Amino acid sequence: MGAKSVYAPHGNPEMPLPNKGRQHRNRRLGTQIWKSRFIYLLILPTIVYFAIFTYAPFYGITIAFKDFKIIAGIMDSPWVGFEHFKSMFTSEKFPELLRNTVIISLYRLLFGFPVPILFALLLNEVRHVFFKRFIQTITYFPHFLSWVVFAGIIYNFIGPSGIINLVLVNTGLDKFNFTTNPDVFRTLVVITAIMKEFGWGAIIYLAALSGIDGQLYEAAKIDGAGKLRQIWHITLPGIRPIIALLFCLQLAGILDAGFDQIFMFLNPAVYDVGDIIDTYVYRLGILQSQFELATAVGLFKGVIGMILIITANTIIRRMGEKSLW
Amino acid sequence: MVEQPAHAAQSTHAAQAAKQSKSIKSRSLDANPWWAQSIIYLILIVAGLITLLPMVNVWAISFSEAHEIYKNPMMIWPKSFTIEAYKYIFNTEVLLKAFGITVFVTVVGTFLNLVFTATGAYGLSKTQIPGHRFLLWLVIIPMLFGAGLIPMYILLKNIGLLDSVWVLIIPQLVAPFNLILMRNFFWSIPESLEESARIDGASDMRVLWSVILPLSKPVIATVGLFYAVGHWNDFFSALYFISDNSKWPLQMVLRSIIIDFNMLNMGTQNTSTLNDSSHLVVQPENIKAATIIFAIVPILLVYPFLQKYFVKGIMLGSVKG
Repeated sequence: MGAKSVYAPHGNPEMPLPNKGRQHRNRRLGTQIWKSRFIYLLILPTIVYFAIFTYAPFYGITIAFKDFKIIAGIMDSPWVGFEHFKSMFTSEKFPELLRNTVIISLYRLLFGFPVPILFALLLNEVRHVFFKRFIQTITYFPHFLSWVVFAGIIYNFIGPSGIINLVLVNTGLDKFNFTTNPDVFRTLVVITAIMKEFGWGAIIYLAALSGIDGQLYEAAKIDGAGKLRQIWHITLPGIRPIIALLFCLQLAGILDAGFDQIFMFLNPAVYDVGDIIDTYVYRLGILQSQFELATAVGLFKGVIGMILIITANTIIRRMGEKSLW
Repeated sequence: MVEQPAHAAQSTHAAQAAKQSKSIKSRSLDANPWWAQSIIYLILIVAGLITLLPMVNVWAISFSEAHEIYKNPMMIWPKSFTIEAYKYIFNTEVLLKAFGITVFVTVVGTFLNLVFTATGAYGLSKTQIPGHRFLLWLVIIPMLFGAGLIPMYILLKNIGLLDSVWVLIIPQLVAPFNLILMRNFFWSIPESLEESARIDGASDMRVLWSVILPLSKPVIATVGLFYAVGHWNDFFSALYFISDNSKWPLQMVLRSIIIDFNMLNMGTQNTSTLNDSSHLVVQPENIKAATIIFAIVPILLVYPFLQKYFVKGIMLGSVKG
C-alpha cells in the first residue's frame, strides 16, 4: 500500500534511490516503518477510537438480518435473512416516513436554498462596512444556538400560551394551535430552518463574491450592461461552482431531514406529516427496543445516503469542480 | 481603459464609465440608484429584525412581571422590571446540576477532542509514512457511511457506557471533518521548518510541541470552538444514551422546561388558569424566557471569538479541503 509513498522524495536527505531489488525494498519498507514509529504512535489513539466507535458498530448491523435476542447476544442470535426488510417495505408506516423525510428535505431545499444566495447578493451591495458587519453579526447568531433554545424562542411566539395566541385571545378571537396542526407543521419547520441558518449560509457565498475579479464588471459596464445584467452574466456565473457544490451536497442529504429540529416540533398530533426516518428509528429502537427493525430502517437510510453522496461527488467532479475527495 | 470603442458616441460613454469606476475604485459593482439602494437596505434591516426581535422579546419577557405579559406581550423592553424568574431558575437544582454537567463535558470533552484530533491529524499529515493512504481512508469512510443509531446503542450498552457522563464525551472524541481540516493545515506547513528544528537536534515530540502547534493556533482555535459549541449544544447523545435524568446535560433539561412545559399546557384550551394566576409575579412564560436567556448568555460571551474563528474556519475548510 504505502510502497509508493516510501519513495516520495519527502525531504529526508539520507533516503536511498529506489529500485534496488525486492529484498532491498522490503528491508527499506521495514526501516521506513521503524523510522516512522513515533508517527504511528501518535496516530494510534485516534485509530483505536475509530476502530471501537465507528467500525465495531458495523458488526451490529448484522442484527438487521437476525432474530436478535439480548441474552444470546448478536453472535448467537439466529439469522432470518431479509425478513425485517420485507416487513419494513410492506409496512404502512414506511412509505409515509420516506415521504415525510423527502418532502421536508425538498421543501427546505426549494425554499431555503435560494435565501442565503439572495441575502449574500443584497449584502454585497452594501457599501457601509459597519452596517454590513452589523447585519451579518446578527443574522448568523442563531446558527450557534441549539435547536432546543431556538425552538423555545419560536414557541414564545407560536406556542399555546405564546404571543400570537395571547393577542388572539385578547382581541376576542380563538386560539390557533400552530404546534399541533398538521396543516402548518411542514411550513413551520421550513420557515424556522430558514430563519436559523440563512445568515450563516450566506458566509460562503460572500467569500465567493469577494473573489470575483472587479475588472469583469468594468468590462461589462463598458459594453453597456446594466446592473441586473451584470449580476446575471458575471456575479452568478462567478459563484456558480459553490452553488453547484452546496446544492449537490444538500441533495445528497435528502434523507436527513434534521433530527434535532423535527424532534423539537414533533408531537403525536403531527406524526402523519412530520415523522421522519430518524425520529421513527429513535422511537422504535430506543424507546420500544425493537432493535432489528430499527436497525433495518437505519441501514436503509445509511445505504441510500452513501449512494447519494458518492453520486453527488461524481457529478461535481464531472462538472470539473473541486470534489469532496 | 485600454480598449478604444469604435464609435465616438460610445467613447464619451466609456470615458464616463472610466471616470466613475475610478471614483469607486475597489468596488466591484456600480452604485445603485437611490431607490434600489433603499430597498436593499430595507430588506436587510427587516432580515436583521426578524432575527433579532424574537430574542429581544424573550429577554424582555424574562425580566417582566407576569401580568404585563398578558397585557402586551410584544415588548422589546422589560416592563415592571423583576428578576424573580432568574431567582427561580437559580434555585432550581436540576438546572444548575445540568449546567455543571454541560460545563464539565464542554471543558474536558473539548480538551480530549483536541488532543486526539491534533495527534491524529499530525500523524496523517506525514504523507511519507507507509500505509498513509490506508489510514487516511480509515478516517474518511465514517464520513460517508455510519453503522447507525441502534448498533451504536448496543455497543455502548455492551461496554457499559450507557447512563454515564462519559457517554457524552468518549463516543465523539474525533470528528472526521475536524480531523481532515486540521490535517490539511498541518500538511500545508512547510516541511523545511520541521527539518531545521530536527537539524538543531529537536526530537519528534519537541517538533510537534515547539514548531507545529504554535504555528497552528488558528486551526486549533477553530476546531476547538467547533467541538466546544458541539458539546454545549449536544442534545441527542443524552437523549439516546442517558435515561437517568439526574445525569442530563443542560440541553435536555432545557427541553423539558421550554418545550414540555408547552406540551403540558397544550390540552387546556381555556385561559382561565392564566387569568386566575395572573396576579402572581412569576409565570411559566417568565421562567421559560429566563431559561432561554440563561442558555444563550454563555454563547453570547464567546460570540466575538466564535465569529472571528468560525468564519475563518469555514473558509479554511472550503479552500484547502
